Amino acid sequence: MMLTLDSRDEAMLAGDHGDAVALAMRVITRVAASMQAEALLDIAGAHIDSCLYHGQAGLDFAQRLADDGATVVVPTTLNVSSLDLLHPELYRGDDNTRSQALALMEAYEQMGCKATWTCAPYQLEDRPAFGDHIAWAESNAIVFANAALGARPHRYGDFIDICCAITGRAPAAGLHLDAARRAEVVFDFSEVPDRLLELDVAYPLIGHHIGKLVGTRIPAMTGIPEATSEDRLKAIGSAGASAGSLAMFHVVGSTPEAPTLETALGGNKAEQHTVTAADLRVARDQLTTATTGERLGAVSLGTPHYSVAEFGRLVELLAGRPIHEGVGFYVNSGRDVVHEIALRGWEQRLVDAGVQIVTDTCTYITPVMADVYGVAMTDSGKWAYYAPGNLGLDVVFGSVEDCVESAIAGEVRRDDTVWADA
Amino acid sequence: MPEAQRVLVAGEASGLVLALDEPLSFWGGFESETGTIIDQAHPQVGESLAGRVVTMAVGRGSSSASTVLAEAIRLGTGPAALIMREPDEIVNLGAIVADELYGITMPILIVDEAAFNAIAAADRASITPGGQVTLGTAPSLR
Repeated sequence: MMLTLDSRDEAMLAGDHGDAVALAMRVITRVAASMQAEALLDIAGAHIDSCLYHGQAGLDFAQRLADDGATVVVPTTLNVSSLDLLHPELYRGDDNTRSQALALMEAYEQMGCKATWTCAPYQLEDRPAFGDHIAWAESNAIVFANAALGARPHRYGDFIDICCAITGRAPAAGLHLDAARRAEVVFDFSEVPDRLLELDVAYPLIGHHIGKLVGTRIPAMTGIPEATSEDRLKAIGSAGASAGSLAMFHVVGSTPEAPTLETALGGNKAEQHTVTAADLRVARDQLTTATTGERLGAVSLGTPHYSVAEFGRLVELLAGRPIHEGVGFYVNSGRDVVHEIALRGWEQRLVDAGVQIVTDTCTYITPVMADVYGVAMTDSGKWAYYAPGNLGLDVVFGSVEDCVESAIAGEVRRDDTVWADA
Repeated sequence: MPEAQRVLVAGEASGLVLALDEPLSFWGGFESETGTIIDQAHPQVGESLAGRVVTMAVGRGSSSASTVLAEAIRLGTGPAALIMREPDEIVNLGAIVADELYGITMPILIVDEAAFNAIAAADRASITPGGQVTLGTAPSLR
C-alpha cells in the first residue's frame, strides 16, 4: 500500500502555495503514511484544538504557519483556549503564559479560524452533516461528531487539525472509512435498572466504564433507552475519551449508524460484555476521591461546555436559591451558548444565585478558579477524571441535582437512593 | 534482535527502557517541564520518561497530547524513543512536528508482541533508523 497524491496535493507539497502550505502537507502526508492511507480526501470543515497553550512548541508551529500567510480553506472553528476573553479578571496564571496564550489565539484568528472558543462545536448552529468528512481535534468533539452526528473525523491530535484546515485535505484512513466505523465489542445494559438509565448521572459513568475497557476498539451499546439525548451522548463520549481512547461508539436505537445492532456491527464478530449497576457504581467510586459530608469548596459544571438544555435544568434546580458563600460555583460554556441563555434571562438569574460563568476556556485547563477551601464536586466524568491531577483537588462525582443541593448546603451531599441495590 | 514491523518516525536513539504498565496520556498525565508522569491514577506516577526508550502498547486520551509531546521533545524531557504495538496518530503528530520544527527526532516503532515483550523486559535498548533494536544490560546493572 502506497500513498498516492493527486496533482493538487503534489503542488502543495512542492511549495507552489508557499512554505506554510508545504509544511502542512508534509505533516499530513507523514501521518497518512503512518496510517497506511492510499490517498487524501477533501474535508468539509475543521475544528482546531492546537489553540490551547501547552508551551513554546505549539506557538512556534502556529506562528510559522500564520507568519507565512497561511489561511484556512474550509469553515474552521476554534476549541477552548487558555484564557477567558469575556471574563479576563478570573485569570490567576502568570503574565508570560497569558501573553503566550494570547499570541497563540491571535495566530489562529489570523489564519481565518472563527473565534468560537468552545470544546463543543457540535452545539453551534452550523455543524457538520451526516457523512461529512471533517478534521476535528479535541477528543470529546471527535467522538461526538462520529457517534452522534455521523460525521467523519479521525481521532486527530493537535497540529494536523490546522494542517488539514489550510490544505482542505486529510488522510483517507481510519474513521473516514466505512470499515473502521463498525462496532467490535458489544456492551449490553439490559440488566441495569431503568430507573438508573433514566437519570443523566448514569451517562458519564457509562462512558467511563466502557472507556476503560475498549482500548481502541469501537463499542456498540444495547439496552439503553432509545432516542438518547445529545447531552447524554456527549457525557458518554467525553468520559470515554478521557478514561480511554474512545473515538466512536454506537448506541443501538439512538445513534445514526446504529438503527440495529446488526448494522452497527456490519458483519463483525464482537466480544460481548454485560454491564450491571454495580459496574456503574465502581465507575462512580473511581471518579470520586472524597466522601459525603465533607466541606464543599467548589462546584464545576460544563466539561464539555454546558448546553442550553443543561443550563435550563440548572436554573430550574437552583429555583432562585443562593449558593453557599463558601462555595465557588463555576459553569463552563461556549460564548454562543452563553449569549443564548442571556437572551432567555437565565444568565442573570444564575449570576444572582452566585454562579460564575466561564467562557472560552475551562476550569480544569487554566487557573481561573479562586482558592478552593474544601473538596470539589462535578457532574462531569471528564472533569472528575482530570481535576485531581491537574488542579490537586479532591473530587466528588455526583448528579447535577447533588451538585446543586451540596452547593446550597456548603457540604457534599449525594442522593444514594438509586444506588442502594447496586 | 527485535525489529520493527513498521517505522513511524525514523531516527537513532538509545537509553534505559521504561516499560509502561498502562497507556499514558501525555496531556494531563505527563509534565513537559520535568518529563515526569503526573497522572495520579497511573501505576508509575512520579517516574521520568526523559531520555528513556519507552514501551507503551497503545496511546490514550486527549488531542493535546501531541503538543505536550512536541514541547517535551523540544525541551529534551521527552522519551528517547517510543515502542508501541499499535500506531497512535496523536502521539505520531507530536514526534513529526518536533522533527519538522526543530529537527529533533524521537523514533516511534511498531513491533509485534514478542518484540514488544522482549524490549519491555530489557534494561537498555538502542534503535537504528531502519528500526533494528539492540537490547542490553544497563552499565550500572552489569
